[in-house]
Amino acid sequence: MSEGVGVDLQDVWIKFGEFVAVRQANVNIKGGEFFSFLGPSGCGKTTILRAVSGFLEPSDGKILIGGNDMAGFGPNERPTALIFQNLALFPLMKVWENIAFSLEVKGASASERRKRADELLDMIALTGQGDKLPSELSGGQRQRVAIARALCAEPDVLLLDEPLSALDLKLRQHMRTELREIQKRVGITFIYITHDQGEALTMSDSVAVMKAGIIDQIADGKSIYDDPATAFVASFVGENNVFRGTVKKVTKDMAVISTNRTGDLRARIPASAQTKLSLGDQAMLFIRPEALDVTESKNKSDTRIKAKVHHSEFEGQGYNVFLEGSEGKEIKMSLTNRGETRMYDSGMELTLHYDANQAVALPAGELASE
Amino acid sequence: MGNGLLKDFFKRNGTVMGWFLIIAVTFWVVVLIILPQISMFDFSFRNHLPPPEMGGPKDVYTLKNYKYLIFGAEGNPDAYNKTDLAVFGKTLLAAAFVTILDLVLCYPIAYYLGQSRGGGLTRVLVLFLIIPYWINEILRAFAFRIIFGDSGVINEMMMFLGLIDSPIDFIRENVALYAGLGYAYILLMIFPMYNVIESLDRNQIEAARDMGASWVKIHRRIVIPYAKPGISSGCTMVFMLSAGALAAPQILGGPSSLWFTQIIYQWFNQGGNWPQGSAFAAVLLATCIFIVLAVMRIFKVNMGDIGK
Ligand SMILES: Nc1ncnc2c1ncn2[C@@H]1O[C@H](COP(=O)(O)OP(=O)(O)O)[C@@H](O)[C@H]1O
Ligand SMILES: [Mg+2]
Repeated sequence: MSEGVGVDLQDVWIKFGEFVAVRQANVNIKGGEFFSFLGPSGCGKTTILRAVSGFLEPSDGKILIGGNDMAGFGPNERPTALIFQNLALFPLMKVWENIAFSLEVKGASASERRKRADELLDMIALTGQGDKLPSELSGGQRQRVAIARALCAEPDVLLLDEPLSALDLKLRQHMRTELREIQKRVGITFIYITHDQGEALTMSDSVAVMKAGIIDQIADGKSIYDDPATAFVASFVGENNVFRGTVKKVTKDMAVISTNRTGDLRARIPASAQTKLSLGDQAMLFIRPEALDVTESKNKSDTRIKAKVHHSEFEGQGYNVFLEGSEGKEIKMSLTNRGETRMYDSGMELTLHYDANQAVALPAGELASE
Repeated sequence: MGNGLLKDFFKRNGTVMGWFLIIAVTFWVVVLIILPQISMFDFSFRNHLPPPEMGGPKDVYTLKNYKYLIFGAEGNPDAYNKTDLAVFGKTLLAAAFVTILDLVLCYPIAYYLGQSRGGGLTRVLVLFLIIPYWINEILRAFAFRIIFGDSGVINEMMMFLGLIDSPIDFIRENVALYAGLGYAYILLMIFPMYNVIESLDRNQIEAARDMGASWVKIHRRIVIPYAKPGISSGCTMVFMLSAGALAAPQILGGPSSLWFTQIIYQWFNQGGNWPQGSAFAAVLLATCIFIVLAVMRIFKVNMGDIGK
């Protein structure tokens, strides 16, 4: 098996006329890695993927695949295969012809093509379905055919543009696991694009979070979730309660933020944002719903928030409690169901606690809009 | 269920509009299409008689009009009606040639128009294609006579460039005729193809490119199979209309070349022999339909696809 071929973006800019779709992207994707670009729709993910696959040239900067500058190489000359957002299977060709199309292009004989297609059909658990038309398959099966077709070209890098977005939730979750398994089996580099943070976090070795053409953070899923680098990342990835305010006290990795409505709150400054907060700066403090709790424990910090229950939702594995802090500040708390019979009725007054290490203080910035 | 359909139809269009549509369409189909064709077909099996004898004892059904096309007049020394059959064959071949010529010319245009996502330039191009159709057919044909004439633009240009020494007789060589016919039906070829190609997902083309397919391969395996209904619809129309054209062959045809429609026209007009003309026209129509169906069969196109 190959070592895996890496992909590097060096100061890549992509412009459409005056419009800057990608702004100075620097990304280092290691060989054999499952790498995701995560960002809201229209932030430039597809544009980056098209630049890597060779359908468009960057306006500035370099794209290296396996260390080789790809400038001037067309899509067919790059060791990449792209799976389109809408799959783009050939509707008039049978499934096996679709899968073996890259071999047909190379002039392989029909029997050779059929043999390879059947092998790949086995791999994607569609044995014996080769003679159907794509339209006769289900969404998930078509999905797998698109993957098989791309893999048939034996690319070093597989590029996937939101391939699961058309599937229903159940199938999507199933396909996540399946994709990850396929990636491990074939051992090539996967570059995956999605606006679904769940997908990015579950499958990827590394995630790049994008906002309007700018890459805000590149890290593994846990770091993205626990140590967001910007307010945008903190609000886009997972849920967060946001408190705006100014920096009242600051040490290397801790800050006290004097919030507008909720008083002084303490939080950790993630490594990537240290030195970026000084006294008096506009800041944002993020506390995840699951980091809030009602029972005080020893290791909880002294920070507390008074709030009144607005309503709560029982979700089986836990409760989501929607609260109203001072001056109508909306706060969400998620509690795990441990079998206690307690319910949180509307109007109940609570004191919320959180561990300051689980809250994050960041320079004020643009938030992801819902 | 038929009742429900009808009710639904009236509900959607209103009673007055509904009746208008039904009557108008029925009138159109029955009175303007079916009845005249049936009476023409009926004519083709009758004797050519002066009006007083019509309905008389001599007015019986006969196959002689059809026999004439195949074997010629009685006392014909040849086994077959060589003159008319030759014209018939030549007309069909020429119509096929015009169809292929148009297909080859129009496919790239339709592809470009269909895939360029309707930008400003596309609209201008489409307009350029449509405007010539505002000019009537006869005027267009005569304009071609001028362009292709001995001292027409084309001859002048080629002589000026030194490509030829003396003018080429494009009319005699039927170049003007083919060009005129081809030009007349360009839109009928482009639009059905354009319609289909427009709905072809660009990603399919890019996917094929990504897998290293050449342009030829992409067209052969992806675009053409997809555009087949449009191609066959365009070809059918161009073939039928070329084979049935009258003005262009009349005006642009060389002195020695006769279109089958011209013979039909002569029977009706100069000869005043409607039964004979009807028989010739019926044979032309039937043969054209047969050819179209056969070609569709060969290329595996369904009748239903054509209406798309
Ligand atoms: N060919 C193009 N010409 C002009 N603008 C484009 C083009 N392709 C994409 N864009 C713009 O670039 C931005 C990013 O698009 P895209 O990369 O498709 O976003 P996404 O992250 O949803 O995949 C969008 O604002 C889009 O309108
Ligand atoms: Mg996209």
